[in-house]
Amino acid sequence: MTSESHTTAARERIERSEEHEGIDEITILWISEGMSCDGDTVSLTAAMQPSIEDVVLGLIPGLPKVNLVNKVLSPSLGGEDFLTPYRQAARGELDTPFILVIEGSVPNQDIIEGDGFWTSFGNDPATGQPQTINWWIDQLAPKAWAVVAAGTCATYGGIHGMAGNPTGSMGLGDYLGWDYRSTAGLPIVNVPGCPIQPENFMETLVWVLQHAAGDAPPPPLDHMLRPQWLFGKTVHEGCDRGSYYEQADFGLDYNSPKCMVKTGCWGPVVNCNVPKRGWMAGIGGCPNVGGICIGCTMPGFPDAFMPFMDEPPGGTLSSMVIKPYGAIIRRLRGVTNEMVNHEPKWRHRKNKLTSGYDPYWRP
Amino acid sequence: MTTTESRPTGRKPAQIVDMSWDPVTRIIGNLGIYTKIDFANREVTECHSTSSLFRGYSVFMKGKDPRDAGFITSRICGICGDNHTTCSNYAQQMAYGIKPPPMAEHITNLGEAAEYMFDHTIYQDNLLFVDYCEAMVKATNPGVLARAERTASPRGDIHGYRTIADIMRSYNPFEGEVYKEALKISRVTREMFCLMEGRHVHPSTLYPGGVGTMPQPGIFTDYLSRLMHIIDFVKKSVAMADDIFDFFYEALPGYEEVGRRRILLGCWGAWQDPAVADYRYATMNEWGKAMYVTPGVIVDGKLVTNDLVDINLGIRIMLGSSFYDDWVNEQPFVTHDPLGNPVDMRHPWNQTTVPVPQKREFDGNYSWVMSPRWYHKETDKHLALDTGGGPLARLWSTALSGLVDTRYVSSGGGSVRIQLPKGESLPETTLEWRIPQWSNTIERGRARPYFVAYAAAMALQFLEESMELLRAGETKVFQDFEVPDEAIGCGFHEAVRGVLSHHLVIKDKKIANYHPYPPTPWNASPRDIYGTPGPYEDAVQGQPIFEENGPDDFKGVDIMRTVRSFDPCLPCGVHMYMGKGKTLNVVHSPTYGANHG
Ligand code: SF4
Ligand code: SF4
Repeated sequence: MTSESHTTAARERIERSEEHEGIDEITILWISEGMSCDGDTVSLTAAMQPSIEDVVLGLIPGLPKVNLVNKVLSPSLGGEDFLTPYRQAARGELDTPFILVIEGSVPNQDIIEGDGFWTSFGNDPATGQPQTINWWIDQLAPKAWAVVAAGTCATYGGIHGMAGNPTGSMGLGDYLGWDYRSTAGLPIVNVPGCPIQPENFMETLVWVLQHAAGDAPPPPLDHMLRPQWLFGKTVHEGCDRGSYYEQADFGLDYNSPKCMVKTGCWGPVVNCNVPKRGWMAGIGGCPNVGGICIGCTMPGFPDAFMPFMDEPPGGTLSSMVIKPYGAIIRRLRGVTNEMVNHEPKWRHRKNKLTSGYDPYWRP
Repeated sequence: MTTTESRPTGRKPAQIVDMSWDPVTRIIGNLGIYTKIDFANREVTECHSTSSLFRGYSVFMKGKDPRDAGFITSRICGICGDNHTTCSNYAQQMAYGIKPPPMAEHITNLGEAAEYMFDHTIYQDNLLFVDYCEAMVKATNPGVLARAERTASPRGDIHGYRTIADIMRSYNPFEGEVYKEALKISRVTREMFCLMEGRHVHPSTLYPGGVGTMPQPGIFTDYLSRLMHIIDFVKKSVAMADDIFDFFYEALPGYEEVGRRRILLGCWGAWQDPAVADYRYATMNEWGKAMYVTPGVIVDGKLVTNDLVDINLGIRIMLGSSFYDDWVNEQPFVTHDPLGNPVDMRHPWNQTTVPVPQKREFDGNYSWVMSPRWYHKETDKHLALDTGGGPLARLWSTALSGLVDTRYVSSGGGSVRIQLPKGESLPETTLEWRIPQWSNTIERGRARPYFVAYAAAMALQFLEESMELLRAGETKVFQDFEVPDEAIGCGFHEAVRGVLSHHLVIKDKKIANYHPYPPTPWNASPRDIYGTPGPYEDAVQGQPIFEENGPDDFKGVDIMRTVRSFDPCLPCGVHMYMGKGKTLNVVHSPTYGANHG
């Protein structure tokens, strides 16, 4: 699929080289002040194909000039100096189009009575009080050329949107609305992962930039707005231990190199390419190296997969009928896959908290 | 905290300017530093440190299956998530009454060693040393750079840089040789990490009871060969840091006062010895002392205790300037520890987190961070311990106790000795870190490369022991268990930048209470109920300013060096900003950088 699209894009470029309408320079405004651990930025620095330096220093042909503004990687002096491009963008005065990258889930500011904030990004010049992340997203999303959500927190709410959370955190889709469109007409581009697999993110970003350059169609996304070529297959379909599953040979604890479905692996129903790709430079991963898949790329993460160390419900059935086999398995998995591809109902931006949080919870 | 009273003669009338850095860039997490600087007398007169993020781990963990705790708590931090998983597993192992097989301990130790090497290197060379690079020194102390050009590097034969200025050039961001080399090393060390723990940041192969990593010979040889390729880089880093830091003391007399605090250090110990660690609370003193970094609380240069039971019972979580309700009127979860000692209501086992979002007021509440303190019985004081950025407290504690005596690392007599084998270009080398005179900005920075060497040396030992076990066929990596109906547990570990503890209470097989305390709350804490400032605040407040620039083009490099010496929770260091500050006639409510648009 990847190579096909590239071919089409290349041909189109030749055909319409006269009326090329790409963007020459673009700014990436990256905000990691959502409910995040900043692990997606850290993960990004592990990418080598391409590395973020390659993109920023112009080593990848055909991309617009990229100005990256990211707190962790910023060569700026920080503070207001660092915030300048964000302030310009919020006023609609940035001199290039911009891609807004959000890292971390969006807390629900509306459930707070009176003053106060869950997380902030700089201060409000008028009051000196912390400027909320929600304010920034409200200002920037309508003006963004594209919006990219980095990591499962930003895409679907993730760990910080777990049942019982006091902040009402949710993903960007729930915050902006799933029908959100950027000024370029793009939906939110979701790159889930807790954290993002380094190359998954860079590949997606490069595709978005190629699209900005006018050299590629928009990246193909699925119904949860994930890049199809990365999240179209399940963990199980790329797992080294798949042949054990096929032989119905299951590990009964974590001492075993065999299939881990009985010790908690959700691989059969999770959309993710990590076992196939490895974590970095082909090294590491999850079930392929002895880690159960906990579904960290999924909209239902983490609640739908907990407790992690138990056999997934339905696992018993499918690992039993694995002997007779076949179409029935695919159908059963399809049902579960559908279920874990949904977010829990408490992630929303109504002005009440329904996550089950009870401030004085005692056993 | 105020500026103008009882100054020695010769002081000029104070010229106070508010300076703030928020957000602080090149860090992980939301940190703001708000200061008042007296430019007439060139010193910082006040400092507040704020954190503006609340996520609520200790809140939403309640009621969950305790086995999930390590997977969840990893997500607290995007740079040292594995330290949390490891610490959580230690706490759970205590609660479940289990002990992982030796091979699992070695694999965990190897993963954690790679984490220390990765994180300290990227932090030191790509972030912290930017403050000492040629471009920065030129912009802040041109006279010092001129002197560096004339000063030969005493250890040039090891690292290959002729003058101190040549070393400074190698740290220039994106262009300097060491800066670029360090980025590469940070990728190689992360690969070593992934061989043991699956994924970086949030590991996939760690479980309570052990690991899922398959101990095949390949993972150890893959790790070893990577380690041997970086071993000379490690030796050179130590030599360069010594050259740079010694030069600063010499070129700027009085620089030892920058970031100097009373010596109040805490270290919770790292790397378990599988022959001793059984995770029982009753034997915690013994296995704590067998750890390959020795835990300890150090006050004014003296070791107060290295018993993990004392350390545990002394922890207090204070409020005072934080956005939370107190829990003091709740029922305690744990009244006595398993040895029968009383447990304080302000101990993490008894904490209940009740967030109350509110306005930020510097004379009231101003941070989402609470104020962890350590109760010192002898003086009846709640001490604001710091971690010295991690390595300083670890080396200091290990040196004072003198308990570590292994193949490559030994301690005692006021020092820690580290032996590294021959590498591609440098011979076998023995490094010696000696207890310094001060707990200050320079010594926090100096300790870091020594600790990378320490981690590399310990990794060699863990590799050898793993191979011995493997060849003997002892490849079990996981111990099965049942979650008890009721239990408590605590885990002690060193996150990269310092002390890390997890406290767990189980009721009805569910988490009834869970409180992780990483290093940054200790270091970045605000003023507590007694008005005691947290370590960042304390280290910055009162420090002299050596930067030659005036308020208009002030960079704040000496303040940056101090905050960054603590390694404020990230790989990429603080690069604090300075705008033009605003001169104040009346000093109370802080302004923020003046060039906001
Ligand atoms: S370990 Fe998980 S992903 Fe791999 S074969 Fe088994 S169920 Fe599938
Ligand atoms: S395999 Fe599972 S746990 Fe691993 S990255 Fe993919 S979704 Fe996350």
